[in-house]
Amino acid sequence: MLSIKNLTVSIENKQILKGLNLEINKGEVHAIMGPNGTGKSTLANIIAGKNIYTIEEGTIDYMGKNLMEMEVDERANEGIFLSFQYPVEIPGVSMVNFMRTAINEQRQYHGKDPLSAAEFLQKMEEKKKLVEIHSKLTNRSVNEGFSGGEKKKNEIFQMAMLEPVLAILDETDSGLDIDALRVVANGVNKLRNENNAFIVITHYQRLLDYIIPDFVHVLFEGKIVKSGGKELALELEQKGYEWLNQPSK
Amino acid sequence: MQTTQKSIKERIIHYVENHSGEILQNDPPEMAQLRRKAFQLFKTQGIPGRNLESWKNTDIQSILDQEYHCSPEPESRKINVETFFHCNIPDLDTLMVNTLNGYYIYRHSPLKKHPNGVIIGSLAEAKKQYPQLVDENYGKCAIDTIDGMISLNTALANDGVFVYVPDNVEMKEAIQIVHINHNEERLLTNVRNLIVVGKNSSLTLVHCDDSYTKQAAFINSLTEIIVKQNAVVDHYKLQNLNNNTTLINQVFFSQFADSRVHSVAMTLNGGLIRNYAHTRFHEPGAEANVLGLYLVDKTQNVDNQVYINHTAPNCTSNELFKGLIDDQAKAIFNGHIKVHRNAQKTIAYQNNKNLLLTDKARIVAKPFLEIYADDVKCSHGATVGQLDNDALFYLMSRGISKESARMLLMYAFAAEVINEIKIDVLRNQIDDMVKKRLHGELDICETCVLHCQNREREITFPIDMSKI
Repeated sequence: MLSIKNLTVSIENKQILKGLNLEINKGEVHAIMGPNGTGKSTLANIIAGKNIYTIEEGTIDYMGKNLMEMEVDERANEGIFLSFQYPVEIPGVSMVNFMRTAINEQRQYHGKDPLSAAEFLQKMEEKKKLVEIHSKLTNRSVNEGFSGGEKKKNEIFQMAMLEPVLAILDETDSGLDIDALRVVANGVNKLRNENNAFIVITHYQRLLDYIIPDFVHVLFEGKIVKSGGKELALELEQKGYEWLNQPSK
Repeated sequence: MQTTQKSIKERIIHYVENHSGEILQNDPPEMAQLRRKAFQLFKTQGIPGRNLESWKNTDIQSILDQEYHCSPEPESRKINVETFFHCNIPDLDTLMVNTLNGYYIYRHSPLKKHPNGVIIGSLAEAKKQYPQLVDENYGKCAIDTIDGMISLNTALANDGVFVYVPDNVEMKEAIQIVHINHNEERLLTNVRNLIVVGKNSSLTLVHCDDSYTKQAAFINSLTEIIVKQNAVVDHYKLQNLNNNTTLINQVFFSQFADSRVHSVAMTLNGGLIRNYAHTRFHEPGAEANVLGLYLVDKTQNVDNQVYINHTAPNCTSNELFKGLIDDQAKAIFNGHIKVHRNAQKTIAYQNNKNLLLTDKARIVAKPFLEIYADDVKCSHGATVGQLDNDALFYLMSRGISKESARMLLMYAFAAEVINEIKIDVLRNQIDDMVKKRLHGELDICETCVLHCQNREREITFPIDMSKI
């Protein structure tokens, strides 16, 4: 589904990713771990299409297409979803208006008729239950005045609405209490199936108790330095990232 | 005003001196005196030029160098306005009055006294029927010494709308003033409205300026609104004019103790529009919210001037003006708050926010506080920015096209002012119009429902902007 080869990326002449390789197939959940500032969010942003980076080298192939040639909205309509580490507050744009625009543009992209107001509201109620959002979103602006936990739940809600093929969760667990963490994880678990894939970026093993990954990768200084099964996460938790420096010595 | 060799000032002086009989004919004595004084003042002031601080960025002299005609009293007073338009906003419960090229359209009668004592009609007619009422209030808010457009209006205006709400009357229906410009030749129109709202009374006023032809017009409009003790006035202005039109729109509020004014000005289209809002607090406890939204593109110019004069203690003023400026359009915001020495416990806020959508769009913002009292809460600020890239990326990352994402953000920016419209049906209608405007569907020149540039097409009104 996603094939990243030798990705080298810089921002303002500072290299962040240094020849990263990653292969993701349908039905897989990949966890990417690593200390701060090693390029985890950069990787997420690049897949979603944020254009503040310079791609120096490498390729990203997504379902047989060159991802680099696709606009941000096109990537989203082809099934890529990014759950933001810091969801943006957009005062004045209501959640309903936002989601309805997004859903209907996605449907239009796939040659489908727009959802009627009733169908849309029904879908929204369904997905709200899934992520246990109890508040009325109708009159609320996108993320405005949302607590940290609400913002992250809102990301998962949007993911549930848009039903992506490849979802990237960029530190969705940071700043969450244990209840919110469970809600977020449940949302992911209910959505995961044999046709989609997830990239879960996290610092902590904690989230991976709830979302069981098929693969764990360690991103360190712009490269994936170690890959393994879910047990790798536990090992990292015990030994810390410093341990990664030692084998090479 | 036949020759273009003379300056506009000379032509106007010439016109007044030759027509003084007609101009003065209906005036009660005090008013005639006021008019003569204003004319003398105009002779020294002339048309305001760019040498005046508040006109530095708006050049009307070069516009007026072209030939303009003053409009004589029209035969169209008895015109059937329904041939122009009909109301398509089903739930907007308003009493509508119209002026055409500066003159009140009679419809059923020139002036009507309603059972609750409210008088609505032609100002010229009110001078005849209620000379004392007019004399007591006319020219009491407008300050002719400010500049030549104001003195010119006092000197030349013959008609407009007169509204009198007696004490203790709550006007449930909004009064809607629609000024129409419909002209075959270039017209210089001076229109004057006088609104008096008595003690403990309330009034909602919707004031629209529309053009129906593509011909250039210069409208010099002045409205005086007197808000007596504990009275409440909601005032909405909507401007949707062709790009050849120049509109100088001046509103003077006089506020007495504990009165409240809520004023929202929406500029959607127009060649050159200058809005001057002047509020004076005469007595304590009064409050004014003065808001505005301007959406301009192409070569349009909009100039918003707000002057809030705190002469009494314990008054509150709150200004918010927001602008979306596209293409090579230019916007000006000058906000001036003056707090006099005895106006203690004044609360005055002023805020101007602008989004520039292109490199060539321009805004000149000048927030200004002048404070002589020492126990006040005042703030002012102006921001100029572009659309937030992080928000754009966020929206697009959900599959929303760049165009739609921009639209959502522009609309969100405008919504803060739109939400201040308290009449639901009016707010919804304006909301629709702003959305259409942002989609480029309310462009007065090309795609507007009025088709004023393309008159062989039938005029139909899927949305009736003239009625808003």
